[in-house]
Amino acid sequence: MTIEEIQQEIAEDFALFDNWEDKYAYLIELGKQLPPMPEELKTDDRLVKGCQSKVWLHAYMKDGKLYFLADSDALIVKGIVSLLIKVLSGHKPEEIAQAHLHVIEDIGLKQHLSMTRANGLVSMIKHMKAYAEAVSSQS
Amino acid sequence: MSSLTSSSIDVRALREEFPVLHQQINGKPLIYFDNAATSQKPRVVIEALKQYYEQYNSNIHRGAHHLAAKATEAYEQSREAARRFLNASSIEEVLFVRGVTEAVNLVADCLSRAWLQAGDEVVISTMEHHSNIVPWQMACERTGAVLKVIPLNDLGELDMAQAEALITPRTKVLSVVHISNALGTINPVKELVRKAKAVGALTFIDGAQGAVHLPVDVQGLDCDFYAFSGHKVYAPTGIGVLYGRRSVLEKLPPYHGGGEMIKEVTFEKTTYNDLPFKYEAGTPNIADAIALRYALEFVEQIGKEAMLRHEQALLTYATDLVSRIDGLQVIGQAKEKAGILSFVIEGVHHHDVGVLLDNMGIAIRTGHHCTQPLMRYLGLEGTSRASFAVYNTPEEVERFAEALQKAVNMLR
Repeated sequence: MTIEEIQQEIAEDFALFDNWEDKYAYLIELGKQLPPMPEELKTDDRLVKGCQSKVWLHAYMKDGKLYFLADSDALIVKGIVSLLIKVLSGHKPEEIAQAHLHVIEDIGLKQHLSMTRANGLVSMIKHMKAYAEAVSSQS
Repeated sequence: MSSLTSSSIDVRALREEFPVLHQQINGKPLIYFDNAATSQKPRVVIEALKQYYEQYNSNIHRGAHHLAAKATEAYEQSREAARRFLNASSIEEVLFVRGVTEAVNLVADCLSRAWLQAGDEVVISTMEHHSNIVPWQMACERTGAVLKVIPLNDLGELDMAQAEALITPRTKVLSVVHISNALGTINPVKELVRKAKAVGALTFIDGAQGAVHLPVDVQGLDCDFYAFSGHKVYAPTGIGVLYGRRSVLEKLPPYHGGGEMIKEVTFEKTTYNDLPFKYEAGTPNIADAIALRYALEFVEQIGKEAMLRHEQALLTYATDLVSRIDGLQVIGQAKEKAGILSFVIEGVHHHDVGVLLDNMGIAIRTGHHCTQPLMRYLGLEGTSRASFAVYNTPEEVERFAEALQKAVNMLR
């Protein structure tokens, strides 16, 4: 699936819930299902700055595609991280660098998950795209 | 809540004076418990701003025309209101600043140029806000003075025995917070000032929370400086007050140079204006300074003792209700405490708590509260903090406690 198709699919999943509690419960559940990040990768240099909670982000290339591993000590943030990974991980770096991300708006939680410093959403996206751009420019 | 029914404050009527409180957030009536960050504004304050801009906006002090005279009078009436609010002996000791942050910077900067020397010591405490740490670090860097930090006991109170040991003849400045924004602890500032004065140190009290919740008497405290921010005491943002003892201010150099703070300027030499204008360079924040008076009068009309009783009753009630939540620990259990409730919950991240409460219309603050050294000292990443104001109610506390339980259930 393309990045765009994955975003649409996530939006459709979230559309099944009509109240905020269920949406958040689902988001938290997605966070819990996030593939575990090995403890040895949770180093300070992998911390995403600008989050109120701790977010670790690790990127690696495999077969020409860029993959992400991440974790957070806060459940809702971990849910957001899991969405970003679902959308972006395993695509070509060029695709990631150019992706138009609208999944957070789409799931209907944007009013709550505002682009404030607190949840570090902006920093996370910036970091993921920066990895992609760095790899693209090397190849 | 019998203590509240006996309260002299008619909270229901009072809430009508705060337009912002009457709205729905995420479909629920707003509960505003982030008052330690900033308070909401009563109609009289909003009206004062509007009136100023609609009727007599003008630059102050030197204009010969009617509007300038009117604005100047209102501005100086506000200074008099601030003098009364702090019980300073004269208006010359009452300086308008942007807030406590600017006040600490002003004092630390001036003292670094005319008072502190290498080897001198500046004593602060572990519970200081960053704004009462960083300017002193900068002053120490500039002068070679050394920062000393009073530790805390297990309740989150200052360790007074350690304070006694740290305040020595080498101490040249003592700068401590009146009420901790992160813990709610009310510090024995009068005693600390007495100890510091005994060794010849100058004293600064950060009243960002203190001036909101406690009656302040700078003459009784005998401190050299006391500062508060208007926006935490129902006034607009961008205006605050620094009290400075006249004999000290007269000896210190000016802070910023420019218009208003001068007597005469030539290219060879400039003579400075008298107090308080020596410290008010440039066109000040006239509108917000004028509105400050209405906020201070609003507080005085209700009475600080009544407000404190009301807020402490809310604190007691909230502490009692949230303590029933499994794994919740109140951070800061001082015997003397203002209406600030900081807590952590085992296995639950404070940021998650903040986001879920917001969904239920409840505004609290989560994080380090600009007290990173304190959080590190306590071994915490941050806390959740509910802080109360005069317009909050026991019903809001109940809804908050229920919402908090619900959030915890969702996160476990």
